Amino acid sequence: MRMLALHLAVLAGVAALQFVLPAYHHTNAARILVLATYAIGFNIAFGYTGLLSLGHALFFAGGMYATGLLVDQGGWQPWAALLAGPAAGGVLAAGVGLLALRTAGPAFMIVTLMFAQAFHLAILYWGRFTGGDEGFTLSGAARRLGPFDLADPATRYGAAFLLFAAAMLGCLALVRSRTGRVLIAVRENEERTRMLGYDPFRAKLLALVLSGLLSGAAGATYGLMFGYVGGSFAAIQYSILPLIWVLLGGAGTVLGPLLGTALLFYLIDWASSVTTASQFVVGAVLILLVLFAPRGLLGLLRERGLRSLP
Amino acid sequence: MDFGPFLLLAVMEGLVGAAVLALTASGLSLVFGVLRVVNVAHGEFFMLGAVAAWFVSQWVPGPPALAFAVALVACPLLVAGLAALADRLVLKRLAYEPEATIIATIGLLYILQQAALTLYGPEARPVPPPFEARLQLPWFGWSGYKLFVIGAAGAVLAGLWLLLARSRIGLVMRATQIDRETATAFGIDVDRVYAGTFALGAALAAIAAVLIVPIQQAHYLMGGDPLLLSFIVVVIGGLGSLRGTLVAALLIGVSDGVISTFFEPTLAKILATLLVALVLVFRPQGLFGARA
Repeated sequence: MRMLALHLAVLAGVAALQFVLPAYHHTNAARILVLATYAIGFNIAFGYTGLLSLGHALFFAGGMYATGLLVDQGGWQPWAALLAGPAAGGVLAAGVGLLALRTAGPAFMIVTLMFAQAFHLAILYWGRFTGGDEGFTLSGAARRLGPFDLADPATRYGAAFLLFAAAMLGCLALVRSRTGRVLIAVRENEERTRMLGYDPFRAKLLALVLSGLLSGAAGATYGLMFGYVGGSFAAIQYSILPLIWVLLGGAGTVLGPLLGTALLFYLIDWASSVTTASQFVVGAVLILLVLFAPRGLLGLLRERGLRSLP
Repeated sequence: MDFGPFLLLAVMEGLVGAAVLALTASGLSLVFGVLRVVNVAHGEFFMLGAVAAWFVSQWVPGPPALAFAVALVACPLLVAGLAALADRLVLKRLAYEPEATIIATIGLLYILQQAALTLYGPEARPVPPPFEARLQLPWFGWSGYKLFVIGAAGAVLAGLWLLLARSRIGLVMRATQIDRETATAFGIDVDRVYAGTFALGAALAAIAAVLIVPIQQAHYLMGGDPLLLSFIVVVIGGLGSLRGTLVAALLIGVSDGVISTFFEPTLAKILATLLVALVLVFRPQGLFGARA
């Protein structure tokens, strides 16, 4: 109960934040909320189920392109196209999962990486439709969901908040449910879980599909919110970023993705204001995390007292 | 040009690619075989070799051949030193845990790439070849230097084979690969073997880069393609099997050259990446079956 109150308090804080932030940070915060949704999706696979994928950009960009292309060239209504995003992410994840989950460990990482790489290359190859590396921008009409115009900052923040809140509460409900405990059991000891009568393959596939669904939803929303769909979102960088966000905040914690995303976002923002070498920060953070805090910030907190942190 | 000579040219260009790829990929394969580490920063070691070769060509006066000879010795040593340092500072502390080391080498990739961008700049710069020679065939002329690249890569690979199969160093490396604990019990300093192997793997990538840079120009982002291709080669040849790696490098290098000549290179890459994924899923021991 106390934990539920904590999470609701965080949500309330994030909702209240929009009234006090100046314009620049207001946009950043909306961006962070959507990216944190992506991180929550990644965390369900990586943090809770122990599936380290290096190809989540496939699901993020898959959702973004599904929505973007349908609304831009398919003539779909924006709200219908927005639903196609998570659907695309989930279907892609199911397809990748059916093949990739036959492997484990480093092989799983390489297989997911290769599928994502193939998708990125496909976007570049069919540049006639996708705009290749430059991508395409969405018109004002494409970004209007009924009476709500996503180009308006307040509406945009509201949409980002709703998406994030739904993802976070969904994740909280999942990890406290029976299904969630099976996922964690698979992470901790796959053989024992099998022995207890659960099917680890099905559990892992479910985790990957949910993860892809959230990633696709985040990608689709990101595209509509900022009116741009581009090939760089399918690049390997966007598979690595959620990994860093989750590692930084704490893998296998519900609030970790938000914390990690916000911290790294402002770390890079700050680093690029003092130096041009922002990539250096990303690399250094990765190495330092894996060396000194493999459980992330909230993971440390959990070890030091807050044991019941979900 | 007729189809026949055109195909011949494509195959010859492919052989150059295959020679360089075999060097790069054998480095990756060696590191995976002995350390069980998937080194994502391998392509950056390749890039560093090329960039260092450009610096050497600027600093060493006299004929290009001298600068080339210096680069061929100094650049791999420099890169190997850097790799040994990375091993000591990062990989060793992670106890070579497979997933953690992948994350760490991704971090290393970003750091090395940024270092090259900052110190060397975003331009692509040519390095003069050590000699100018032309091989005149009835249908077309070909650069004699490319022939030299094939020969030199072959010589280095032969040396590598001798080192692994015939020398004490190779024996120690193989012993560590097969059974780490027993090797330790026999008084082998496993830490040194690991650092040495990681450095050797990086040095092989750097040698490949020094050889190719007079043809290809040095650029801070040039590590991506060799990394991807090496991955493909190592996976298809069977993880950790050096012989499979060499066969696969020949196959992939030549077919990459031929396919890229006649078709879109991007399409070839899409098919290759999908092939790697499917091979890992359905035939994890590689297409050539030789288990390491």
